[in-house]
Amino acid sequence: MSRQPQIALLPDRRLHLQDGPIDLIIGAEGAEADIRAAYQAAAERFTGLLDELCSELSELRKAADQDRCVVNGVVARRMHAAVAPFAAEMFITPMAAVAGAVAEEILGAMRGAATLARAYVNNGGDIALHLEDAATFTVGLMDRPDAAGVMRRITLHAADAVRGVATSGRHGRSFSLGIADAVTVLAASAAQADAAATVIANAVDLPGHSAVVRRPACELQPDNDLGHRLVTCDVGALSETDMATALAAGEHCAQALLSDGRIEGAVLQLHGAIRAVGARLIEIVRPSRLRPAAA
Amino acid sequence: MVTETASDGAGDKIRCDACPVMCYIKPGAAGACDRYANQDGVLVRVDPHILLERTVSHGGKLVPFQASGDWDGKIVHQPELFVTAIGAGTTYPDYKPAPFIVSSQVEGVDMVTVVTEGIFSYCGVKVKIDTDRYLGPEAATVRVDGEAVGHVTTSEYGSQMLSLGGVHHLTGGSKKEGRVTCDALMDLSNRKAVELTIDGGASVIVQAGQPPVVNGVKEERMRVGCGSATIGMFAKQWQGKVDEVVVVDDHITGVLSEHQAGKLLDIPATGIKMKGRRSTPGRYFQVAQPGTGWGGTDISDPLSILGPFDPKTAKPGTTLLMVSTTGEHAGYYVLDEALKPVQRDMPPELQFSVERIQENCEPALCTVLFMAGAGGSLRAGVTDNPVRLTRSVKDALTRVTSGGAPVYVWPGGGITYMVDVTQMPAGAFGYVPTPALVAPIEFTMTLSDYEALGGHMDYVQPLASLRDVSKDIRQLPWPGQGI
Repeated sequence: MSRQPQIALLPDRRLHLQDGPIDLIIGAEGAEADIRAAYQAAAERFTGLLDELCSELSELRKAADQDRCVVNGVVARRMHAAVAPFAAEMFITPMAAVAGAVAEEILGAMRGAATLARAYVNNGGDIALHLEDAATFTVGLMDRPDAAGVMRRITLHAADAVRGVATSGRHGRSFSLGIADAVTVLAASAAQADAAATVIANAVDLPGHSAVVRRPACELQPDNDLGHRLVTCDVGALSETDMATALAAGEHCAQALLSDGRIEGAVLQLHGAIRAVGARLIEIVRPSRLRPAAA
Repeated sequence: MVTETASDGAGDKIRCDACPVMCYIKPGAAGACDRYANQDGVLVRVDPHILLERTVSHGGKLVPFQASGDWDGKIVHQPELFVTAIGAGTTYPDYKPAPFIVSSQVEGVDMVTVVTEGIFSYCGVKVKIDTDRYLGPEAATVRVDGEAVGHVTTSEYGSQMLSLGGVHHLTGGSKKEGRVTCDALMDLSNRKAVELTIDGGASVIVQAGQPPVVNGVKEERMRVGCGSATIGMFAKQWQGKVDEVVVVDDHITGVLSEHQAGKLLDIPATGIKMKGRRSTPGRYFQVAQPGTGWGGTDISDPLSILGPFDPKTAKPGTTLLMVSTTGEHAGYYVLDEALKPVQRDMPPELQFSVERIQENCEPALCTVLFMAGAGGSLRAGVTDNPVRLTRSVKDALTRVTSGGAPVYVWPGGGITYMVDVTQMPAGAFGYVPTPALVAPIEFTMTLSDYEALGGHMDYVQPLASLRDVSKDIRQLPWPGQGI
């Protein structure tokens, strides 16, 4: 019996691919025939991709070795390459880059099949980008998705080095060791952005603080790659000083990555406070409430 | 996909085998996908209802997940587990209870789904073919392999309509007519391609969800509007770039300088003379015969619908764009000293406007709605008092579905319904030699309502007793068209 991914075209001509935990929203701009070819290529590459990853899942859940890559799949190797630069300093597994690496792979298949002016593969907030010439990609950052809040906007241009955007934090699908609500990272590739967002979000932290509730990851998900490490379950009220301390720790980490050229920029958010790292224009769009997209 | 829970013996966590990640999930927790969770030791889908709502609100289509094994798939979890009738078998003689009468609990209410495959002598398909091309006169006979299987019925906006099948062709004519009709209906309903020829008209290959092929030419697009509407939509984009535009259309041909849209933009008269019958300024009926040429007319030379230009108004050098309502045909002309239009290369900005018309035309598709009436015998398989089932459906106490797909139940007597065959799993239709079609049909109601309408209570079996059934929903696979 063969398991097929869900493949659906949304009415606004975006493509939706889903298989197990992978959920992709894909957009492409270009000639009609190119869009069709790109979507076809995306669907074909996506079919079986999860099985490919799962065949090496136990290795991918182990701490990465900075010098040696023991996995073989092209996506698995990309995951490893994205986390390897961090492996000397901390515990990190290739799973920290899985979403970005998958997004990149699908985008690569689309670019190989068609000439596109602009394209993106959004894997649950980890986004791989293709921009040509005058094309731009606008990233909206919401400080309070659940309520009235301020939307900030970053516009990426083809001339920028950024081809990956990823967000990590304690509200996402994967666990965080830190307390950041969201850390959005801009980087040269989606896998790099994904790994860096995980690392910076972990760094936004207040070790030992009484308002932070943590539990071993394996108690929540028995086979999680973080094992017995304590992951953040809840963050209570924090003083201004606490917030500044936690954000400064994250900023310090992001600044170091920026200096090394491993990221192009980062935006850190904690309890409505926001810090930007990297000279990039962040516009405040409007106070707004998120509305469901018009059907 | 098997989503039976598999207890691993170590505590009460379960291993999900919905995908190859094979998560171990603790009670009360969800897997890596956030879609499957462990609820008191049972693997459940967390988001079926939300997923369904989202999919529907995005205009998506749903069909039940197709599973393997003897039991051929057919469970939709929306939000309750739902068993569809495909492969369920049918009842004969009539009083025998339907093959599956299944009960499940939804919000504490026992639900009963009566699952059966109906044999439909009174059935047919309504085919909508997105094309402006002339397929044939209204009421003309539609044939397959020379046998009459239906007729052309009244057209709809941008589409030609066929009504095929029905008891008259199935059982009222020759044996061959019945067999050919039955095959054509089954193939169309199972989303296969069928070639139809129309008396006094075209030959067309119809396949649900695919573009029609008219006289060997695949239709690409529906027109954006009639010729007059196209003038209205694009007048502003033409202003200053060309002196005159004619949008050729079988229904209403539009002329920019005479049209209200042109007048409002102060576009001067050009002395153009149109053939055909003027309706209102700038709008002409019957500029040519219907056909498969420009804009659904029979012309291949657009100048053939123009009379001589009026020498009092027309000036040499006047530019003219002629374009069909789908933008598939277009020509650019300049009046010479004798006021005769001479074809020239089209300037890029006009080419752009032609492409803009093309872009605004939706992909042309064939759509097939299966329509049938559930007769007394089918209803007797559900209850010993068939009319009560009809009343229950009318009172909206009983929900009718076909292969898990929603149906429209026609008002009035009986249970006559229509369903989009592309929302049903592939291969859902069969036939019996009567000839008649076999189609899945499910009736869902509360257990108490089922008892009240005289249901076969002795035959109700709990959902859990149906082994080897899958529970999942999936969206339609790659649509092929419509990107």
